[in-house]
Amino acid sequence: MDTELDAETDSASDREFIRLDRVEKVFDVRKKTGFLRSERHEVRAVDSISFTVPRGEMVGYIGPNGAGKSTTIKMLTGILTPSGGRLRVAGIDPSRERTRLARRIGVVFGQRTTLWWDLPLIDSYRLMHRMYRIPDARYRENLDRCVELLELGPLLDVPVRQLSLGQRMRGDIAAALLHDPEVLYLDEPTIGLDVISKVKVREFLRDLNAERSTTVLLTTHDLSDIEQLCRRVMVIDHGRLVYDGPLSGLHEIGAGERTLVVDLERELPPIDVDLARVVKVEGPRQWLAFPASDSAAPLVARIAAEYPLVDLSVREPDIEAVISRMYAEKATS
Amino acid sequence: MAEPSRLADGLRAYRLIAAMWIRSTMAYRASFAMTVVGQFVGTGLDFAAILLMFSQVDALGGYTLPEVAFLYGLSGAAFGLADLVIGSTDKLGRRVRDGTLDTLLVRPAPVLAQVAADRFALRRVGRITQGLLVLGYALVSLDISWTPLKALMIPAMMLSGAGIFAAVFVAGAAFQFVAQDASEVQNSFTFGGTTLLQYPPSIFAQDLVRGVTFVLPLAFVNWLPALYVLGRPYPLDLPEWVAFLPPLVAVACCALAGMAWRVGLRSYRSTGS
Amino acid sequence: MGTGRLYAAVAVRAFRRYATYRVATAAGVFTNTVFGLILAYTYIALWDEKPHLGGYDQAQALTYVWLAQGLHAAVAAMGGGFEDELIERIRTGDIAIDLYRPADLQAWWLATDVGRAAFQLVGRGVVPMAFGALVFELALPADPATWLAFLVAVALGVAVSFAIRYIVAMMTFWFLDGAGVQQLATLVGIFFSGMLLPLNIFPGALGELGRVLPWSALIQAPADVLLGERTGSGLLSTYAFQAAWAVGLLAVGRLVQLAATRRVVVQGG
Repeated sequence: MDTELDAETDSASDREFIRLDRVEKVFDVRKKTGFLRSERHEVRAVDSISFTVPRGEMVGYIGPNGAGKSTTIKMLTGILTPSGGRLRVAGIDPSRERTRLARRIGVVFGQRTTLWWDLPLIDSYRLMHRMYRIPDARYRENLDRCVELLELGPLLDVPVRQLSLGQRMRGDIAAALLHDPEVLYLDEPTIGLDVISKVKVREFLRDLNAERSTTVLLTTHDLSDIEQLCRRVMVIDHGRLVYDGPLSGLHEIGAGERTLVVDLERELPPIDVDLARVVKVEGPRQWLAFPASDSAAPLVARIAAEYPLVDLSVREPDIEAVISRMYAEKATS
Repeated sequence: MAEPSRLADGLRAYRLIAAMWIRSTMAYRASFAMTVVGQFVGTGLDFAAILLMFSQVDALGGYTLPEVAFLYGLSGAAFGLADLVIGSTDKLGRRVRDGTLDTLLVRPAPVLAQVAADRFALRRVGRITQGLLVLGYALVSLDISWTPLKALMIPAMMLSGAGIFAAVFVAGAAFQFVAQDASEVQNSFTFGGTTLLQYPPSIFAQDLVRGVTFVLPLAFVNWLPALYVLGRPYPLDLPEWVAFLPPLVAVACCALAGMAWRVGLRSYRSTGS
Repeated sequence: MGTGRLYAAVAVRAFRRYATYRVATAAGVFTNTVFGLILAYTYIALWDEKPHLGGYDQAQALTYVWLAQGLHAAVAAMGGGFEDELIERIRTGDIAIDLYRPADLQAWWLATDVGRAAFQLVGRGVVPMAFGALVFELALPADPATWLAFLVAVALGVAVSFAIRYIVAMMTFWFLDGAGVQQLATLVGIFFSGMLLPLNIFPGALGELGRVLPWSALIQAPADVLLGERTGSGLLSTYAFQAAWAVGLLAVGRLVQLAATRRVVVQGG
């Protein structure tokens, strides 16, 4: 057993710690078409996705609702069996060896706490201790670390039902880490949290990744999570991987256009220049879109020459807009 | 991966989770006490109905009150035991619907053990107690010519009966993977089953008795072995040795239910719903 | 929208909502049929020993079994329906929002319960009754007027049942963990509605008591009407009995509600 494990932890498998080869998940969906009649049709929740994640990387996994994010996570954690393709996490086929994998991964479901509602927080940790058979010294060390970094000290004796959402999320993250998982899956870890809790959670995850080189896969709607945590981001839409690369690249992909915001002396009809088009007018302020690859200088010069210009600024597209535009483009194409 | 270690893992996880639920329940002691009493009285209503019947008649289907109480007590205690240990599986449909089953699937323990221990309800000892009290009344009132074998059959019946009911619970839970709102179907076999067994087989139609002997073998919970203890004729002209089959029937039922559970869980993991 | 139309719309919505729980309804029908079958055989054994027990012949007794199985969901003899939802809203404090609705709290929930009952009378009632009629010899009336009289008694039974459950739910304002009160109400409901056994065969004083308690309006009263045991002035006095309990308990519910909402206001909830 040990020699097998050693063989798996060579550098090649570290580079492909998580590996998906053309993984598919097809659901049979029944749609009601009448009182008792229904039609079956196939939905490809995940459509031939391939990627690898090296040990110790922190990856953001984003996409709109129903794009296939959680289906992917469910396959990676062994909850769902893929309909096709090959999937390995730490050399383990998740759906076949679910319980063996379970000891090596940690999962945090954003809106479903796994903590015991009516019991003090510490009781849930004691259960983890015994259920995962964590050696005592290891357990104490990990617990102390989590308590310190996530500031759980005063909360340990409080029944979970009395914790705020942010406190509970911190509690859940700690619970998922007591058994030293090599991979941590986080499903919307900052959803609904206050600003301070968000900051704490992000700091903690950054440290965890840096110090323990825990591999982290994170789904989120909050792109600032990704901006602050992940160098690599994967975008999934309609079950397909539409982007896999650095966050900066995501900017470029979506940065088809930049926006020039112009303040004029007074309200005027939309500015008429061939280098850009007006997308919005609000009193004396006008928004003009122009290709991201163009320099703003000639455009500004033209407008300054022909219109009574008071002030101007250039806006880079924010990542939310980029992503939403990506989806809008997909929908229309 | 060997089966014994999985079983040990399951039992261990069950014990850990059940202990957590007991602690949770004890957070509201007064409420717990009230629900134990409630369970005790609620189960007692069935027997109250039987007492009401016997306030009007002296025998039902040829059976006296102590004899019916004997059947009632055995069935009630066996069912109560199964309900205590594994009755929570009837909530599986809800977990599938709200998606919380997934949180159990990422733990290093068999799902069935986790589902069975989920919301472990110690208040169900109220049902067992009530069954045992009625059984006690029956044993005191009946004039049975005891043999060591007959005496041994009483605890054996309770354990095998609990095993048979446990199998019905698990099979019903497996069905909820497919039909999440159908926990009532499970109820008709579990709660309905124990209600049926509280009355003597002689009052039911032959086809019904045949059904619960050969198809869904509830008759082995108490009817057949109890009739042996009471020295009464068997239904359907069955031979005498069927009275000693309950342990085997229980094992077979549990094996089948385990298979049904696996099929159900596999279908959940391939459909996600 | 006029108030009448508002409540009608609420009732229709509740009817539709329950109509969407198809699997649960089918499962419930199955359960009722299984229990009906078991009870039917015990009744046969009972009436074999003592024909004309409680004034019913065997066919009437069997009709009673299937009627009780078909009816108990509609009259919520075991509790439930809007009750669970209302208790949950009181517990979570969402009830404060309801108090600002431009509708009367009690009337609003009554409307939803009427919608639910109407659906469950059809959805949970027809199949067990038909099954019972196919397998056993029942004493169902041929006269449409009797059926109509029966439906009136059912409607009054629903009103009484609602009034009881409303008071039970309101108790949550005082007992934060309302499970105990609810459990007690359920037990009493099962026993004294006549769901297990007709109240006619309860012995002596217990029978007397059962017949004057409000729960007898749920199943026993409609059953007696359908079985033709109540006609003419007997029918009118059954209606009067049910209506009196309905009005009285609705009034009590209203008073409890006033006291409860005053508490909410005082607590600043």
